[in-house]
Amino acid sequence: MAEAGNAIDPIHQFNITDLAPLHLFGVDASFTNASLFMVIVTAAVALIMVIGTSGSHLVPTRLQAAAEVFYEFVASTVRETAGDAGMRFFPFVFSVFMFVFFSNLIGLVPYAFTVTSQIVVTFAFALLIILIVIGYGFYKNGLGFLHLFMPSGVPVALMPVIVLIEVFSFLMRPVSLSVRLFANMLAGHITLKVFGAFVTMLLGAGVYALLAPLPMIGIVLLTAFELLVALLQAYVFAILTCVYLNDAIHPGH
Amino acid sequence: MDPTAAKYIGAGIAAIGMGAAAIGVGLIFGNFLSGALRNPSAADGQFGRAFIGAALAEGLGIFAFLVAIILLFVVK
Repeated sequence: MAEAGNAIDPIHQFNITDLAPLHLFGVDASFTNASLFMVIVTAAVALIMVIGTSGSHLVPTRLQAAAEVFYEFVASTVRETAGDAGMRFFPFVFSVFMFVFFSNLIGLVPYAFTVTSQIVVTFAFALLIILIVIGYGFYKNGLGFLHLFMPSGVPVALMPVIVLIEVFSFLMRPVSLSVRLFANMLAGHITLKVFGAFVTMLLGAGVYALLAPLPMIGIVLLTAFELLVALLQAYVFAILTCVYLNDAIHPGH
Repeated sequence: MDPTAAKYIGAGIAAIGMGAAAIGVGLIFGNFLSGALRNPSAADGQFGRAFIGAALAEGLGIFAFLVAIILLFVVK
C-alpha cells in the first residue's frame, strides 16, 4: 500500500494549490484552485438565473423552467418555515442555497474541486448566517430576543438549567450547520475515490481483474447517490437557515 | 499504551456515535413514511419538518464525527 500511496491518495483531491500567489500585508490572499471553483460556481449560478429569467416566455424554455423550479422551491421553503415576514430574507437564502447546491454539483465532476468540502468555506457561511440571526433578532425585538433562551411555561426552578442548555445549543448551531455540510461532502468524495482505487488495484492484480467491474458499478451507484446528497445537503442547509432566521423573527416560541 | 494507537482507538470509539445518529435519522424517516402512508394528503406539508428533525438528529452524530476528526488530525 505504501508504494501505491501517492497514486491513490483519497485525501489528495482536497489539497489547495496556489494558482496565482499573492501576499498582501502579510496575509496570504493567493488565487487558489478553491477560489477558481468559487468563481466558476458563481458564474454558473448567475448565468442560469440571468439567461433563464431574461426571456419570460409564457411557455417556458428549459432554462427558464429550471430557474423557475429553483425559485419556487426555495420560496416555498422560506415561506413555510419562516412565514411571510421571513420573505425579506429570501434573496439571501436563495443565494446561499444556489451557491451550496452548485458547489456540490460541480464538485461531482471528475477532477473538479469541491468548494463545500473545505470547512473554512462552510464555517464562514454558518458564521455569517448566525451573525445575521443575532443582529436582526436584536434589531427587530430589542432585548426581547433573549426570550429565545427562556421558553415559556418552564418552572422557575428549572430556568437556570434550561437557559444554559438553550444558550449552549444556540452557540453550537454554526458548528453543526457547517460541519454537517463539510462532513457529508468530504465523506462522499473520499468514498468515491476509495472505490475508484479498488478498480485500479484490481486491474493490476492479475486474474482478480475480472472482479474490477463490481466496484465500477459501485461508483456509478454512489455517484447517483451523491447527486441526491448534493441536493439534500443544500436543502438542509437552506431550511436550517430559515429555521434560525425564524427564531430571530419570532423569538419566544 | 502507545499514544498513537490510543489516538486511533479513541477515534474509532468516537465514530460509534455516528451509528447512534443513524438510528435516530432512521427512526425519524421511518415514522415519517409510516405516517405518510396512513395520510398521504398531509405528507407534503410535513416534509420540511421531517428534514429539520433529521438534521437535528444528524447534528449530534456530527459532533461524534468532529471528535473523531479532532483526535485524528488535531491531537498530536
